[in-house]
Amino acid sequence: MYQYNDFDSAFLAERNVQFRAQVARRIDGSLTEDEFKPLRLMNGLYLQLHAYMLRVAIPYGTLSSAQMDKLALLAEKWDKGYGHFTTRQNIQYNWPKLNDVPDMLDALAEVNLHAIQTSGNTIRNVTADHFAGAAADEVADPRPVAELIRQWSTDHPEFQALPRKFKIAVSGAIENDRAVIKAHDIGLYIVKNDAGEIGYQIVVGGGLGRTPMIGKTLKEFVKQEDLLSYLEATVSVWNLLGRRDNKYKARIKITVHEHGIEEIRQRVEDRFQLIRPTFGGFDVELLKEIETFFANPTFKSASTDTYTAAYDADPLFRSWADANLATHKNADYSIVTISLKKHGDTPGDASADQMRAMAELARLYGHDELRISHEQNVILPHVHKSDLPAIYAALKEHELHTANIGLISDIIACPGMDYCALATARSIPVAQQIATRFDELKLEHEIGHLQIKISGCINACGHHHVGHIGILGLDRAGVENYQITLGGDATNSAAVGQRVGPGFAYDEIVPAIERTVQGYLELREDENETFIQTFNRVGMAPFKAFIYPEAQANAA
Amino acid sequence: MARAFTPKVITANHLLEGDVIYMTDTGEWTRELCNAVLLTDEADADLRLLEAQQQVDEVVGVYLADAKTDDNGNPTPTHFREEFRRTGPSNYFHGKQAEA
Repeated sequence: MYQYNDFDSAFLAERNVQFRAQVARRIDGSLTEDEFKPLRLMNGLYLQLHAYMLRVAIPYGTLSSAQMDKLALLAEKWDKGYGHFTTRQNIQYNWPKLNDVPDMLDALAEVNLHAIQTSGNTIRNVTADHFAGAAADEVADPRPVAELIRQWSTDHPEFQALPRKFKIAVSGAIENDRAVIKAHDIGLYIVKNDAGEIGYQIVVGGGLGRTPMIGKTLKEFVKQEDLLSYLEATVSVWNLLGRRDNKYKARIKITVHEHGIEEIRQRVEDRFQLIRPTFGGFDVELLKEIETFFANPTFKSASTDTYTAAYDADPLFRSWADANLATHKNADYSIVTISLKKHGDTPGDASADQMRAMAELARLYGHDELRISHEQNVILPHVHKSDLPAIYAALKEHELHTANIGLISDIIACPGMDYCALATARSIPVAQQIATRFDELKLEHEIGHLQIKISGCINACGHHHVGHIGILGLDRAGVENYQITLGGDATNSAAVGQRVGPGFAYDEIVPAIERTVQGYLELREDENETFIQTFNRVGMAPFKAFIYPEAQANAA
Repeated sequence: MARAFTPKVITANHLLEGDVIYMTDTGEWTRELCNAVLLTDEADADLRLLEAQQQVDEVVGVYLADAKTDDNGNPTPTHFREEFRRTGPSNYFHGKQAEA
C-alpha cells in the first residue's frame, strides 16, 4: 500500500489545522454558514436530514487493517457505532457533531486517511476495481495509477472550482469491468498495445444522475508517460467549456454531448500538445516510485486440502464459497468478498465490531489488505485457500457470512430519505424488504446473478440506471413512488436501463419486483440464462406483462 | 393567482449538534415539533422566518415547513420528509425517536 511521505503528512496536518480553525470561527460567529459551507464541503462535511455527515475517502477502495481499525474507532467514539460504505468506495458517518469533526480528522490522519475532496466541485476520490492486484484477468494493477491521479488531483490549483464534481475510475481488466468505468466522467482501462506496452484507453462523458450517459472512447491508447498531461488537458478543456449557467448541464457528459466527441477530442489534443512539455517526466518517475508500494505480497505455499475437505463436507461453507469467492491470480489463493448485505440489514453498513473483525481477518490471513467495493461490500483480496474455513467461521461469529454476492439480495442502495437531504424517497427499507422477501422464498440461488440497484432520488447514487433491475424512488404529490427500469448493465457492455411504465407506491414496489423476477424465471430458456441475458433476448414486453398483470387483463 | 397560504412551522438544524429544531411561540428553539408554533398568517410567518435566519451562530438552514394541527392541537407534518425529520431514520431506532 502507498505510504505517506513527509510532504503528504505535513500537507494533511496543515489542512486539518486549517479546518479546525475554520470550525472554531464558524462557532464563534466569525464565519457565516454561507462562508463556512464551501469550507466544510471541501473537507467532506455535509449537513443531512438529522445530523452532520462526514464522508471519508478510501482511495481506490484500499485499506490496511490499521486503517479499518481506525474507521471502527471513529464509528464508536464519535458516531452511533457503525459506518456506511458507499457506492464510491467511501465511508460515511451519519451522526457526528460539528465540534468533534476536527478530532475525527486528526484521528484519520494518524493512519493516512482524510476527507479532502469527497465533496464539492473538485476531482473526487479516485475509484478502482476492488479486485485490483489480485484478479486473474487484469492487465495491470490499477492502484498505482489511481494513486498517481489522487496525488495529481488533490489540491490541484486549476481544478478546485470546476463547473461540477468530477469522478475518475480505473480498471485493469477491460474484459471484466468491475468498476463501472463507463459511468464516470473519465474512466481508464489499462490496456496493452500491439507492441506489448502498457497504456490507457480513455473513456469520457459517462455518468448517471438525471441524464444518464454511457461514456465514449476519447482515445484508444494513451502512453504511460502521457497519461497525466492527457488527463489534465481533458479536465482543463471541460473546465473552460463546461456549462456554469445550469448545474444540471454542467457535467462533462453534457459538454461531450453538446459539442460532440470529435470536437472534444480535437480540443483535448490541442491542449495536450501545449502542456505536455511542462510535465517533463516527473510524473513517470513518480509512478515508478508509487508502483513499488503495490508489489505483490509474499504468497505462501501450502496445501489447500483443508479447503477442499471443508468444501466437500459442509454445505453452508460450500454455498458461501460458491457465491463469495473469486478467482485469484495465484491458483492457491482466493479473493474473498465479505457481504455487508445480510438479509434485512442496511446495505453497506458495518458496525465497529464488524470492522474490527474484518481488520483482524486481514491481519491474520489477508496480508493486511482490505478493499471496499462500489457494490458496498468488503473484500479480502489475498487469502490462501487453506485459511478459508477459519475465515468463514470467524465471519459467522460476526454475522458477516451471508452467501449472496452477485445475487438478488446483494443490493446497492443509497442512504435515501432515511438520511439524505437531497432524497425524494427511501431506498434502504425497500432493499431490506426485497432481500428479506427473497430469502423467505428461498429462491435466491435459483434466480442466480441479478443486480438490483436502488436510488432515492434522480441523482442516482444507488446506480439504478445500470442495475439489471433499477429502482428509483420519487416524491409524487407528497407520496413515495418507485419507478422500475430493466436492462441496465454496469460492465464493459454498459447500458442504461429502460423504464418499465408507471411507478409503484411504497407498499407495492416489493410485490412488483417479485412479479418481475417470477417473469424472468418463466421466461428464461434454462437456469444458465441470467436475468440480463433473458431481458436482452426477449425485450421489455414480456416482462411488462408480468409487472402489470391488470393492464394485461384489461387489454385482453 | 398566488396559492393560498398553508400553515407552517419554522425549522432548521442546530449548528453544533446538527439535529432538527423548531421555533416556539416565544422565539426559542425546541427539539420537539409538538412544542413548535404553528404559523397561520403569511406575513407573520415571513417576519418570524427573517428573525430566525438572523440567528446564524445557533442554527443552520432555516426554512418554513408545511404543517397542520393534530388531534391534540399540536403541529404535525403534512409531508413524509418532515415526518422523517421529526422522527429519525426508519432502518435504525436512532435520532429523535430514540431520544424522546
